[in-house]
Amino acid sequence: MEYRLSSPFDPEELKRLRAGDLVYISGCVYVARDAAHKRMQEALDAGKELPFDISGQTIYYMGPSPAREGRVIGSAGPTTASRMDRYTPALLDLGLRAMIGKGKRSPEVHEAMLRNGAVYFAAIGGAGALLSKAITACETVAWEDLGAEALRKLTVEDFPAIVVIDTEGKDLYLREDKKVKIF
Amino acid sequence: MRSVNCESIIKAVKELCIEANYHLSQDMCEALKNAADTEESTLGRSILEQLEKNLEIAASDDIPICQDTGMAVIFVELGQEVRIEGGFIGDAINEGVRQGYTEGYLRKSVVGDPLERINTGDNTPAVIHYTMKPGDGLRITVAPKGFGSENMSRVFMLKPADGAEGVKNAVLTAVRDAGPNACPPMFVGVGLGGTFEKAALLAKQALLRGAGTHSEKPHIRAMEEELLRRINESGIGPGGLGGSTTAFAVNIESYATHIAGLPVAVNICCHVNRHAGREL
Repeated sequence: MEYRLSSPFDPEELKRLRAGDLVYISGCVYVARDAAHKRMQEALDAGKELPFDISGQTIYYMGPSPAREGRVIGSAGPTTASRMDRYTPALLDLGLRAMIGKGKRSPEVHEAMLRNGAVYFAAIGGAGALLSKAITACETVAWEDLGAEALRKLTVEDFPAIVVIDTEGKDLYLREDKKVKIF
Repeated sequence: MRSVNCESIIKAVKELCIEANYHLSQDMCEALKNAADTEESTLGRSILEQLEKNLEIAASDDIPICQDTGMAVIFVELGQEVRIEGGFIGDAINEGVRQGYTEGYLRKSVVGDPLERINTGDNTPAVIHYTMKPGDGLRITVAPKGFGSENMSRVFMLKPADGAEGVKNAVLTAVRDAGPNACPPMFVGVGLGGTFEKAALLAKQALLRGAGTHSEKPHIRAMEEELLRRINESGIGPGGLGGSTTAFAVNIESYATHIAGLPVAVNICCHVNRHAGREL
């Protein structure tokens, strides 16, 4: 199936999605990768608030290349999600509802997603120039010192992605009909 | 003796960093196009077509092909009859990287210390490999390496008794474990023989050899062809979402080794296998 969705997502709408569906996402997504996740974890460990209200939100695992003058952003494709797995269950329990990245997730993330009705989308890895076309605004929310790894907020329009893990825990990468055959 | 000035090295490295990140080599473009024509999965075909479009947008709109513009890996082949003037060649190369990544709007992805992890702000230092050669030539190749695929690369210290089957299993294991994380279709570089570090370097050098080229040794060529076929039968597919295109090429470089060992290194690269070189 193909859906046009707006982020932050309606939880009921997320429940309709199945692993393998194509979606075009419009609206607001936050951007964080390794270093910003570490800072978020440190904030939580110190009993502090995150720099944004994560409840119901979407995080895109990405670190853009610099924008040329007059442009919103540079190349902006997904990074490998599993590096964020260590930090992700805590964020899901705080209300994080969707993630966009690429690659496999850990069993702990699977469990926390099921518990919280969250969805994991994959964007096409290595298509950063193409994906940048779907980004209409970009602002730095926190930790500008991290450069490409700063916490950002994007406005996206028809950002293409594929449902990899749905709210029922089905994982497209592990689906029987495409399971790695010979190794 | 022929003299080469550091200024010309800085300029070449700067331009090569930019060129490599905005334009793929012809063999990579053709490999992608061929794959889009032959891919069996509809979703896989759609992904490959979007990757082709991505290359077009990168070139026409001056946006790097991928946001991970890599750690700059530089291969220097230096003729022993060349004299470098105006400074140290390593400093010139790093200055070229600094200028290229700044002026080319490339992402600065390097941290100065693996544990303290403070970004150096200009993508230096580069990883530089020097090779001496006869004559007065100087060739510099810039190969920016992204870490989605670098993280999935492996070194296996096999035993001589493991033989060809052991080598094949090692490569297939690395590819299977990389799966969707390494942005397939992949380009698989294999280093066979030498020592621990020599195998890894050979694997990296294997990525520079064009898609569709083969080892001159018949038994190695046969292994390249068998591994490519088996990897593409795996079903991992474009983006790891299923299909008949999991790799564009398996390139194997080999070297003499010790009576007790059979080192195998597998350097996995994504479909954005970037390299640009120039004679100075």
